[in-house]
Amino acid sequence: MNARTETELLLPPMHSPARLSNTHLDALEEETVFILREVAAAFERPTLLFSGGKDSLVLLKCAEKAFGAGRIPYPLLMIDTGHNFPEVTAYRDQRAEELGADLIVRSVEDSMARGTVRLAHPGESRNAHQSVTLLEAIEEFRFDALIGGARRDEEKARAKERIFSHRDSFGQWQPKDQRPELWTLFNTRLAPGEHFRVFPISNWTELDVWQYIEREHVGLPSIYYTHKREVVERRGLLVPVTELTPPRDGETVQVRDVRFRTVGDITTTCPVESLAADAGDVVLETLSVDVSERGATRMDDMTSEASMEKRKKDGYF
Amino acid sequence: MSTITATLDNTALHGDTGTALRFITCGSVDDGKSTLIGRLLVDSKTVLQDQLAGVQRGGETDLALLTDGLSAEREQGITIDVAYRYFSTARRKFIIGDAPGHEQYTRNMVTAASAADAAVVLVDATKLAWAAEVEDGTVVKRELLPQTRRHTLLAHLLRVQSVVFAVNKLDAIGDAGLAFERISTALNAFAEAAGVQVAAIVPISALKGWNVATRHADWVGYEGPSLLELLEELPVTVQDEAVPFAFPVQWVEKFSASADTSQGRRVFWGRVASGHVEPGQRVTVLPSNQTATVAQVLSHTRQPKVVHAGHSAGIVLDREVDVSRGDWLLAPGAFEPVREITATVAWLDDEPLVAGRVYWALQGHRWVKAKVARIVDRVNITTLESEPATQLEANSIGDVVLSLQQPLAVLPFTQSRTLGSLVLVDTASHKTAAAVLVQPAAAKA
Repeated sequence: MNARTETELLLPPMHSPARLSNTHLDALEEETVFILREVAAAFERPTLLFSGGKDSLVLLKCAEKAFGAGRIPYPLLMIDTGHNFPEVTAYRDQRAEELGADLIVRSVEDSMARGTVRLAHPGESRNAHQSVTLLEAIEEFRFDALIGGARRDEEKARAKERIFSHRDSFGQWQPKDQRPELWTLFNTRLAPGEHFRVFPISNWTELDVWQYIEREHVGLPSIYYTHKREVVERRGLLVPVTELTPPRDGETVQVRDVRFRTVGDITTTCPVESLAADAGDVVLETLSVDVSERGATRMDDMTSEASMEKRKKDGYF
Repeated sequence: MSTITATLDNTALHGDTGTALRFITCGSVDDGKSTLIGRLLVDSKTVLQDQLAGVQRGGETDLALLTDGLSAEREQGITIDVAYRYFSTARRKFIIGDAPGHEQYTRNMVTAASAADAAVVLVDATKLAWAAEVEDGTVVKRELLPQTRRHTLLAHLLRVQSVVFAVNKLDAIGDAGLAFERISTALNAFAEAAGVQVAAIVPISALKGWNVATRHADWVGYEGPSLLELLEELPVTVQDEAVPFAFPVQWVEKFSASADTSQGRRVFWGRVASGHVEPGQRVTVLPSNQTATVAQVLSHTRQPKVVHAGHSAGIVLDREVDVSRGDWLLAPGAFEPVREITATVAWLDDEPLVAGRVYWALQGHRWVKAKVARIVDRVNITTLESEPATQLEANSIGDVVLSLQQPLAVLPFTQSRTLGSLVLVDTASHKTAAAVLVQPAAAKA
């Protein structure tokens, strides 16, 4: 072990400020800003997918830095399942207004009314059907680039995703035939009807996101922090009790201290038990968790090993 | 909760120790790349319970399943595209690009290598002839697998800063010490012939975890650090700062005349390719050839700053000159734009490269038409010798002469990653067809 000890002498001690620099977050932010500008410059009709969730709020923060406050050069697009947490919808609208951004909302319920979305049964999750509404919005506005807040650390299919992901005219991802992505020479050439999905925070992890939220004081919907909520325990998850997700026979409703690690469709998103009241607390929890963000919170991903991959092939972002 | 103190302690443990090391794992199919990454993730405690539960098969943990995430990959038991993984130790953060081994997916390996600081080339000791024959002392042919050679060569061509060989599955060989010695000799001979500097050759067992995260004492005569200890110390990519200032314009921001930040001027955003930029510096615009002085420099977050190679900058000039996306701002007199370049290409498209065809070429943010004037030669992956060629098939490496529709400022890739690299794009399919590495002008007549 002599070699290692000698090298250690050359490095600053573990707790010195040099070792705790923000270099890593700065590098991630710089990469994200570079990509956001590339989209603004290379495409004619880009949009930024904005759900009001933490990843899209971090993206927006980076966009503010890239373009200056109030100058984001593309509209925000929200695909509304109609099954949203009210705190998230309210915060989404508030942020868009503060930024003076153009917010476009297209809803799965409208697609259902048009008959382009058919549910197998009334209680079915609308998550997968978002793809249909999304593709309809792309056609309506002729978007050629859609910026999303997906991260490669979220899920195995996401880990394979390019930063500039080419989609055919059906919005399909072709995982076996992705364009090589060399250096930062992004090939953004398109045929009519095709578009790109662009993921500027691909290289961020859940921990990076929370450390950035803490450092930059990024505001989030309140349900990301501890609150008391009625839940039932189901298959190891805490299922929130709402009008859309009532308790089943034999289940006991309990009030627990919880927060959401991720937000999405009410029918598929579960909170975790937590007392974390601010971003600093969440950073600490994230450092010590032993279940992944999706494993702890998403009912739909558990149904099939490849459900994310399948949805992405269908045009999901 | 005393948030701040606790955050510091935990950050120290989990490592925000500066810039992350981006490394790739490559090599031939089934050499154990996915298992190695699984091992690194498990031993660094990055793998979470639900993910570990997802890779239990018949009571055994199959580490390879942690990375092969596509259903097509699971069906076939191979890796098709790069999986990016993130983990950290007490000393450092890491981004792994787990590159596929199949020759058919070489383009995905090149994708991963273009962004990497280091390459870990896996060599499967059980696949090589000597492994089976060392025990009876037979003289064996020392031949590395073609993908080992191809991936090493590509990593070297792309200037991946550190190349590390990890000799895997030595636990499955009787006389592992002798096998490791002979494999090391063969690797060193190959590397020397190819001009590749080898950072280290580490004997490992990815399956058992030997020399991966922790050292396996008294084994095969190796006394160096474990693979992970080595990775913790490897340098990140050095920027080409010694080269004069060059700046490809990514995006032109137009302010209204009332905006107080810029008195109505435009800000040219982009990433400094080489050198650095500060107010007062003279620049020449390519292609208009006009000259101006830098009035103001902004960091990527719009703060006034001197910006060095590798970082994004916003540049305001002292007067209105014609500059648009794709143009370059250059140190005056330092570059001689050319209409013809000789370059090494890694051909990635299934459609072969054909002399006489016109492709789109992208350098920085500039698109120009490029015609393949001629194919100089192709590299024989086995002998490393150049051989004549009339076309370049997918996954081959060769030298070509490109004539350009408009002049570009280029430097050899060995001098500047940004000025020396282009991609070729098929004008019909829009597929990215080649990685292009500019050669010194007089290298091949």
